[in-house]
Amino acid sequence: MDDQSSPKPAIPVTPEKYQKLTEQYTPKPTVIKNVVLAFIVGGIICSIGQIIINLFISLGLARLEASTAATATMIFIGALLTGLGIYDEIGKFAGAGSIVPVTGFANSIVSPAMEFRREGYVMGVGAKLFTVAGPVLVYGIATSIVVGFAYYLLH
Amino acid sequence: MNLKRLGNQTVVFANPPVILSSYSVVGPKEGQGPLGKSFDKVWKDGINGEKSWEVAESKMLQEAMQGAMDQASIQKEQIDFMLAGDLLNQIISSNFTARQIALPFIGLYGACSTMALGLAVGSMLIDGGFAKKILVGVSSHHDTAERQFRLPTEQGSQRALSAQWTVTGAGSVLLSSSGVGPRITSATIGKVIDFAVKDVNNMGAAMAPAVADTILNHFQDIQLQPTDYSLIASGDLGGVGLGLACELLKQSGIDTGTNFTDCGVLIYDHTQDVHAGGSGCGCSSVVFAGDILQRIKAGELTKVMLVGSGALHSSTSALQGESIPGIGHAVVIEK
Repeated sequence: MDDQSSPKPAIPVTPEKYQKLTEQYTPKPTVIKNVVLAFIVGGIICSIGQIIINLFISLGLARLEASTAATATMIFIGALLTGLGIYDEIGKFAGAGSIVPVTGFANSIVSPAMEFRREGYVMGVGAKLFTVAGPVLVYGIATSIVVGFAYYLLH
Repeated sequence: MNLKRLGNQTVVFANPPVILSSYSVVGPKEGQGPLGKSFDKVWKDGINGEKSWEVAESKMLQEAMQGAMDQASIQKEQIDFMLAGDLLNQIISSNFTARQIALPFIGLYGACSTMALGLAVGSMLIDGGFAKKILVGVSSHHDTAERQFRLPTEQGSQRALSAQWTVTGAGSVLLSSSGVGPRITSATIGKVIDFAVKDVNNMGAAMAPAVADTILNHFQDIQLQPTDYSLIASGDLGGVGLGLACELLKQSGIDTGTNFTDCGVLIYDHTQDVHAGGSGCGCSSVVFAGDILQRIKAGELTKVMLVGSGALHSSTSALQGESIPGIGHAVVIEK
């Protein structure tokens, strides 16, 4: 029962070797399937957007105004589908196809709003609203400023 | 003087504590899984009419712990200590359950290994003569874990194929110094092992070395082999982690054979879209409190090793680029 002299066995694998083993045992992402599904679903979402733009133009709006109104409509649809618990199911299936369009942006704002309302409207919804979209906004706006400067200088 | 200590990490109980009763409560997804019938109670939805998922998780744990007492017809006044743990910050599910049950309370945090840790600590308290009856309870909830560790639940994104699904479930076990039932004969307390896995979507890979290390040390300490056990079940390694743990043990000279499985692999089937399997404290606790104990009582299993597996990181440490330390605790249960 004396434990002082007991051998201390250890796994004969180094972390570097383990990393290789992990790669070997971890299933590879189904890239082709994901890309195809993202292309199809993203395409469908954008086609719906285009149909709405055409509809607004046929109702007498100018092209730019029709685009703005269609974007607002798509945001509304994305938010509604999130609220109904459907958008996350689409997202599971479509991946980037439903994240990249503006409906995905609506989903990224509405889902934390739903999630954190139990922590109150100030420190819950207010503070957590941009947990997902925040980085996109920060770097999206920062990039557009850089592009704007470049455009100004080149012209 | 260390009469009950064997080797480096193992304790062997002189008067092995008895598992008087157990109780498991799960969410609907677990109820639909292959082990659905083995659970004592299946909730229709994850929130059960409560105002938040956190409150629901705490209620679930309370139901499981009350259920274990009721099954053994034991009043709470007869219980010396309550041991509980969960995954939420400051183990709030357990704290709020302890507030309701109002027993002398020892809070535990071993991440997903907490059931095995609770059984080990509880057995030591009983065999050490510090308690006659101990109630152990552990819970996890898919939605509370998702929002704490990952993304809002309605966020539409794809999960990695190596990612696991946090089990909504609470399991409770009542330990006693005397009585009839399966007995906990030994326990091996694990060391924290970190093989530099940083991918939070591959928790099984992060925990597999710790589980393998604990199993290796258990066999070394107690001088037995995998074939001496009718079942060795890890807590929540999932498909990826189980494969890796087998590989590590093989390279350490231990053939795990066909008796080595994982609660996270057992709890769901492939049609449930959980990717690598179940995870969370609830995973091993409900599979143990349900299926495994029933099979021991039925005589189908005679000697079982449960190796709880825990990933000891936080969302802060993961964001700061720290790797995920793992731990594995083993308890041996005999009919």
